[in-house]
Amino acid sequence: MTDATQATKKNRPVYTNIHVTQIVGYRLPPAGIVSILHRISGLLMFFLLPFVIWMFDTSLTSEISYETFTAAFVSGIGFLPGWFIKLVALALIWGYLHHFIAGVRHLWMDATHSVSKQQGKSSAIVTLVLSIVLTIALGAKLFGLY
Amino acid sequence: MTTYGSKRIVTGAHYGLRDWMAQRATALLMALFTLVLLAQVLFTSQPLGYDLWAGIFSKQWMKFLTFGLIVSLAYHAWVGVRDIWMDYVKPVGVRLALHVFTLVWLTGCAGWAIQVLWRL
Repeated sequence: MTDATQATKKNRPVYTNIHVTQIVGYRLPPAGIVSILHRISGLLMFFLLPFVIWMFDTSLTSEISYETFTAAFVSGIGFLPGWFIKLVALALIWGYLHHFIAGVRHLWMDATHSVSKQQGKSSAIVTLVLSIVLTIALGAKLFGLY
Repeated sequence: MTTYGSKRIVTGAHYGLRDWMAQRATALLMALFTLVLLAQVLFTSQPLGYDLWAGIFSKQWMKFLTFGLIVSLAYHAWVGVRDIWMDYVKPVGVRLALHVFTLVWLTGCAGWAIQVLWRL
């Protein structure tokens, strides 16, 4: 074996599983950020599903329960204050928007076979910008800024 | 090649394709549902309130669509959350417990949502 091949062999990573403690050391490209946020937003909505259905339930069942629904965002519910309910709703809004846009990006890539590096990067940036801008706009409305 | 017993082949063609396809089909349905619901909230002369909101969901075709949405969401979330457990949780016992929890969580939530829809 020559010195050159031995050198490449030495530098080659043998064990590439990323441990939790190494995450900060990895620099993710925009597409990677969109991908991990797709998972995080999905899991977030999965855990908040009972809250979503509680909103579905109280907002639909009767006019009295509708009052409970709207009051939850102002005076809170139980020991949870209204601003906290709004904050959870804002997290849901971001989660839904990000998951939706990133999902459409996936479907678009599947349908058009657009898998070039450049398209992956630009569509990922569009996803991030659009989801954050829309979240800020809806969040401002939710907290009564306009 | 065997598909049963301790020597069965657990990977291969088509094992993941059905779930992959189902996740995309359910995603498309949920995306369309979102647009249909949004259109009914935005493009109306009625003020935003209980009457408008309950009126949207009390239409039979909307109940049909919403039922489809609930089932789609449960299936979509099952595939997605199971993927997360499979990727990050290695001990078989813990993974099995999480799979069971996910199924109970999703079927429970789906039942509750259908109950709300049914009595409307």
